[in-house]
Amino acid sequence: MIVGLRAAPFAPWSLLAEAEQALSPADRDGCGASSVFVGTMRADSGPAQVLRMHLEHYPGMTERMLARMADAACSRWPLRQVVLVHRVGWVAPGETLVVAAAWSAHRAEAFAACRYLVETAKHQAPFWKRECRADGTSSWVTANTPAPAE
Amino acid sequence: MITVRFFASLRERMGQEMRLLPAGPCTVREVWDLATDQAQPPTHLLAAVNLEYADFDAPVADGDEVAFFPPVTGGAA
Repeated sequence: MIVGLRAAPFAPWSLLAEAEQALSPADRDGCGASSVFVGTMRADSGPAQVLRMHLEHYPGMTERMLARMADAACSRWPLRQVVLVHRVGWVAPGETLVVAAAWSAHRAEAFAACRYLVETAKHQAPFWKRECRADGTSSWVTANTPAPAE
Repeated sequence: MITVRFFASLRERMGQEMRLLPAGPCTVREVWDLATDQAQPPTHLLAAVNLEYADFDAPVADGDEVAFFPPVTGGAA
């Protein structure tokens, strides 16, 4: 399990390779499916281009909640490996914001667990975004995008 | 002593990041009133006690950390 925060830019695919390499030979043989979500910062979230964004969190509570979400996913589905890593601090467009992934025997559990990790991290973990735009303005992002329909 | 913390837009709005209250047993709502001089709570205000989400009637004891913050906006896309 790889769960936590990153305060600097990180390479999502290296992290996912690391998670896969950490599987035991038996787990690797038993994994018929891995589902991956990589969320990236966009520059076009409003009327003016966003140059950078500050991701604030609640030290202690945020880490605890991410760990609990990963544990909950492992209790709910038969997973062999889980990744849930979220960025904090100053972020630039194109940088990774969140990586969620689940390895399982079958695709249904892998898809469901990955989706659960992404949505719970987004809607329950204490993170707040402040965007700084090219026109010199900055503001807090006040609303979260709703979960997509099943 | 109760530690009160404010995050994100709420920290800017309240003009304070952290505050210590010499208070005994009470509720989250009473902590808000004491820490903000009874400011009107913003809509969708969230609270946590000792790093766990809590509602406004939840009890608070000496030594607890109470945090107030706006709705969360993590993740991507």
